Amino acid sequence: MTIATERSTELEEALGPGSPIVVFDRVSLAFDEKVILREVSFTLIKGHTKVFLGASGAGKSTILKLIVGLLKPDSGIIWVNGERVDIMTEEELMVVRNDLGMVFQEGALFDSLTVAENVGYKLLEQGLGEDQVWRRVEEVLGFIGLAAYIDNMPSELSGGQRRRVAIARAMAYKPRILLYDEPTTGLDPITANTVDDEIIKLRDLEGVSSILVTHQLRDAFRVATYEAVREGGIVEITPADDEKCEQAEFIMLKDGHVHFEGHSAELRASTDPYIRSFLS
Amino acid sequence: MASFVDKWVKGGLLEVQEYVLLVSAAIRGMVTRPFYRRDVIEQFDTLGVGSLTVVLLTGFFTGAALALQSGQTLDRFGARSLVGQLVSASMIRELGPVLTGLMFAGRVGSGIAAELGSMVVTDQINALRALGTDPIRKLVVPRVLAGTFMAPVLTVVADTFGISAGWLIAVTSLRVGSSVYWTSVRDALYLQDAWQGLIKPLVLGFVIVTIGCHVGLRTRGGTQGVGRSTTTAVVVASVAVIAVDFFLTPLLIALLY
Repeated sequence: MTIATERSTELEEALGPGSPIVVFDRVSLAFDEKVILREVSFTLIKGHTKVFLGASGAGKSTILKLIVGLLKPDSGIIWVNGERVDIMTEEELMVVRNDLGMVFQEGALFDSLTVAENVGYKLLEQGLGEDQVWRRVEEVLGFIGLAAYIDNMPSELSGGQRRRVAIARAMAYKPRILLYDEPTTGLDPITANTVDDEIIKLRDLEGVSSILVTHQLRDAFRVATYEAVREGGIVEITPADDEKCEQAEFIMLKDGHVHFEGHSAELRASTDPYIRSFLS
Repeated sequence: MASFVDKWVKGGLLEVQEYVLLVSAAIRGMVTRPFYRRDVIEQFDTLGVGSLTVVLLTGFFTGAALALQSGQTLDRFGARSLVGQLVSASMIRELGPVLTGLMFAGRVGSGIAAELGSMVVTDQINALRALGTDPIRKLVVPRVLAGTFMAPVLTVVADTFGISAGWLIAVTSLRVGSSVYWTSVRDALYLQDAWQGLIKPLVLGFVIVTIGCHVGLRTRGGTQGVGRSTTTAVVVASVAVIAVDFFLTPLLIALLY
């Protein structure tokens, strides 16, 4: 079943392995007098992970909203999947969003819909047959281990389950980029681990490029330094090798600009006082 | 002081601008695809059928009180038999649309503002957009259509119950004959009155629902903001009902009579 938007062969080749899939070029944004982002630039490579760290109000979530086009930058250029989203109209953005999945803080599930309807929402909107949609919903909920909750309402789920359903909703239509906004904030460590594992599985088994915004260091390092491997039909989450670890980059934002950019080992080895205070 | 006035005027103009933009986007959404038919039907049920009881009771008690009051006044002129005329004309031309509008503002305007406001503060509106759905088409258009077209239906219900309650009071309390009452009701009514009684709620329903949607979608500041939006929606929509009725009445009289 092909759900994500069809792309031209040329664009598909250009967006092959190792190619940039999200690019920020000197992006700035301010709300009235308050500067949120100052000339932020970064590149996400296809299949890789970017982890955004920073204090509350540092502009981490804003970056995700800019990628999806929920906000427009004051200056700078944003490329997503080879398209300039910063100058697109809302209607043009609808097409780009077919290849983007976003997991909001607290899940942002639709309260009036069941778990199944939430997960299958986009597929139904795209006009897919109900049989096909419910099959995919079952498959996705099975993937995240919540198949038993298919007919429940979001209010009947725990915080962790809601986040996982939000991940299921974001992945149901097979987007090639997934954005996670504080997916583990407020969760206990065990539940947070299950959410982290879903992120790792999607990246390593489904080839999804991910951007994770968090201030939970523990979860950030888990996503960056673990990998999912399927052996004999069983999926295991194991510590990743150095090469795999280098595919996950950290970006620390401070006062709206990029304060640090590098891999987990570089972050741990940093002597910068701000980073040290953040890590301690 | 000057900066306060400046800020207040700018804030007011911004609200008006955003309201006009929302209304134009909603109208565009009604005539272009995609059109969420299922949501429209659902809203007709929620806003229309759901408001039936409150409107019915309002109409009934207003009609009854009107008959009692006017009966007493008409007695001074020895014209108690004309009570039907007074009740029907008042209900159909003025009280039916306005009171239904006020009830609608209280029940539907607040409900819409609270629902959409909660969706804003819990990021559900952003989630809709991120999933490629236009919230105006999905949420605003069905509510505007349901509110606009159900308000006249509810007004007819209120009028019917009001006039019937008037009859009950006329017969039981004022000792006016049943046939005298109904003849009086019929004599006082012109086709133009019926048009006026239908056009007014059509406009009022549109105004109430668009205000509810506008206020709800502009909610900021968590659950406290939702509470503020709900109150604002009821207050603004209620005042708008009275004000729009005031401006609409001479216009309709000039156009219809």
